Amino acid sequence: MSALAHIGGSPSGTSTTAAPEPTKRGGMAAYLLLLPGLIWLLVFFVAPLVQLATVSLQSQFPGYPGYYYRNVDFGNYGRAIVEYWPHFVRSLLFAGLATFFAFVLAYPLAYAMAFKAGKWRGVMMICVIAPFFTSFILRTIAWRQILSDEGPVVSVLNFLHVLPGGHITETWVAVVAGLTYNFLPFMVLPIYASLERADPKIIEAGGDLYANGFTTFRTVTLPMSMPGVLAGTLLTFIPAAGDYVNAELLGSDISTKMVGNGIESQFFKVLGGYPIAAALSFTLMAVILALVFLYVRRYGTEELL
Amino acid sequence: MSTGQRLKFWFAERFAMIVALLVLFYLFLPVLYTFVFSFNNYKKSNISWNPEGSPTLEHWQNPCGPPGLCESLGTSIKVGGIATLVATVLGTMLAFALVRHRFKGRGAGNILVFIPMATPEIVLGASLLTLFVQGFGQYGLKLGFWTIVFAHIMFCISFVVVTVKARLQSLDPRLEEAAQDLYAGPGSTFWRVTFPLVLPGIVSAALLSFSLSFDDFIITNFVSGDTSTFPKFVYVSYLRGIPAQANVIGFSMFVIAVLLVVVGQVIGSRRRSPA
Repeated sequence: MSALAHIGGSPSGTSTTAAPEPTKRGGMAAYLLLLPGLIWLLVFFVAPLVQLATVSLQSQFPGYPGYYYRNVDFGNYGRAIVEYWPHFVRSLLFAGLATFFAFVLAYPLAYAMAFKAGKWRGVMMICVIAPFFTSFILRTIAWRQILSDEGPVVSVLNFLHVLPGGHITETWVAVVAGLTYNFLPFMVLPIYASLERADPKIIEAGGDLYANGFTTFRTVTLPMSMPGVLAGTLLTFIPAAGDYVNAELLGSDISTKMVGNGIESQFFKVLGGYPIAAALSFTLMAVILALVFLYVRRYGTEELL
Repeated sequence: MSTGQRLKFWFAERFAMIVALLVLFYLFLPVLYTFVFSFNNYKKSNISWNPEGSPTLEHWQNPCGPPGLCESLGTSIKVGGIATLVATVLGTMLAFALVRHRFKGRGAGNILVFIPMATPEIVLGASLLTLFVQGFGQYGLKLGFWTIVFAHIMFCISFVVVTVKARLQSLDPRLEEAAQDLYAGPGSTFWRVTFPLVLPGIVSAALLSFSLSFDDFIITNFVSGDTSTFPKFVYVSYLRGIPAQANVIGFSMFVIAVLLVVVGQVIGSRRRSPA
C-alpha cells in the first residue's frame, strides 16, 4: 500500500534515516546485479532517444511523402518552433498553473493525513490512490460530463451569472482543471511522505515559540516538507507539460492545444511528419530537463537522485 | 490559553481535516460519475444522462458486449503481469547494486535510472516508436503486444528501483550484522534476514508497476500498432461514443483493487500483531 508513498519517500529519505554508505566493494556481484537492468534501459531508453535525435535531423524524399533520408537538417527544429511555439507556451503555462493548484489542494490533504488522521491514515491513503484504478481516461471523460454545459458546475455558475462565456469545456480552464486533477496524487504522496517523517514535537515547539499558527507553518512545517514539495512539483509538472489527453478530451480544437497534441498529430496524422515530431519531442525534453535542473539547483539537494 | 485562542485552535485543528475531506471528495467525484453512468440507458453516446429507462442493469449483465472491450482488458492484464514481473526482478537487482555496492559508475547508474522518470511520457513513446519502426522494423519487429510489454518494463524499472531503494536505505544495518555475529553465512543472512525485511518494498514496487502499466495510455498509444489495451480502447471509442460497459469495467477494477488492498492490509497487520 505504501507503494506510492515510497516514490516521495525516497528522494528525501536518506537525510533523516542516515542510510549507511555502501560498504561492499564492487567486484563481479555488483556488475551482475546491474547488468540486466542497465542493458534494458540502454536498449529501450537510451537507444530510442538516439534514434529520435537522428530522426529529428532527417529530411523527406521530395515527392515521396513518408520516406526519409539521413541528413543533418537542423531546420526541422526551426520549423517545429515557428509552427508550435504557442503550443510550447501553453504547455508550460498550463502545467505551471496545474502544479500550483495541485500544491494548494494537496498540502492540506497531506498535512491532515500526517498529523490529524490518526488511525484513519491508512484509509485516507487508500482513498488518494484508489481513483487511479478507474482508468484515467474514464475519469477525464467524467470531468467532461461534470464540466459540460448541462453539468452541475456550469449550471450553478451560470445561475450566479459569474461565468463569462457560459462554458468551461472547450476552454483552457477545463484543460488546467483536468491536469490539476489527474496529477494531484503525485503531489499529495511525496508531501505526505516528508511530513510523516517530521517530528510533530518540533512543530509543537515551533508553536510554543511563535504562538501563531501561520508563522509556525511558514518557518517550521513548510521548510521541513520542502523535499516532498520539490518531488511533488516535479512529479506533477513534468507529466502535465507533456500531456495531450486532457487538451484533447477537455479542450477545444485549436486554442488550447499543447505540445503533446502537436507531437501526436505530426506522428499519426501528418504524412511525413516524423522529423518535425521528433524535433518537437526533443525540444520539449530539453526545455523540461533545463527547467528541472535549474529548479533542483535552486531549491533541491543531491538526494533527489 | 484564552477562549479566543482556544476557538482559533479548535478551528485550526479541524480546518486541515475539512479541506482534506473536500479534496478527497474531489478525487472521488469522477469515479462516482463513472459508476452512475454505468447505469445510463444512453442512445448514441454515454455523455449525457437519459432519464428514459435509466437506471438500467443492462450493461452490468453484459459487460463484454461491445466487441473488443474484454479483449483489450485481457491484453492490459497480460501486459501488466509480464511487465510487473520482469521490471520488479530487474529493478530490485539494480536497487541492491546501487545501495549496497560501491563501484565505478554508480553515480551514472543512479542518473540513468532517474532520468526516465523525469522524461515526459510522450517523449518516451515517440522515441520508442521511432526505434521500433526505423531501427528494429528492418529485423521484422512489428508494433503490438510485445512492443507494449518492452516499453512498460522500461518505465516500470525506475519506479521499482526508487521504491526498493527507499526500503533498503531505511533498513537497520545492525540486523544483518547481528545475523552474521550469530554465524549466519552471507547466503542465509540474505535469504533469512535481508530479503524478508526488503520484501514489503518489493511488493509495493510490484503493485505500483502493475497499476502504472495497467493505466498507461500515452506510451502504449505510440507503440501498440493495432493492439488495444483497456485505456486505449476507451480513448479510441471516445469519438464514436464510449460503451457504458467500459464504465462497468473501470468501476469494477476500482472495487477489486480497493478490496485487494484492504485484504492485504488486514493480513499484514495480523501478521505483525502476534510478534
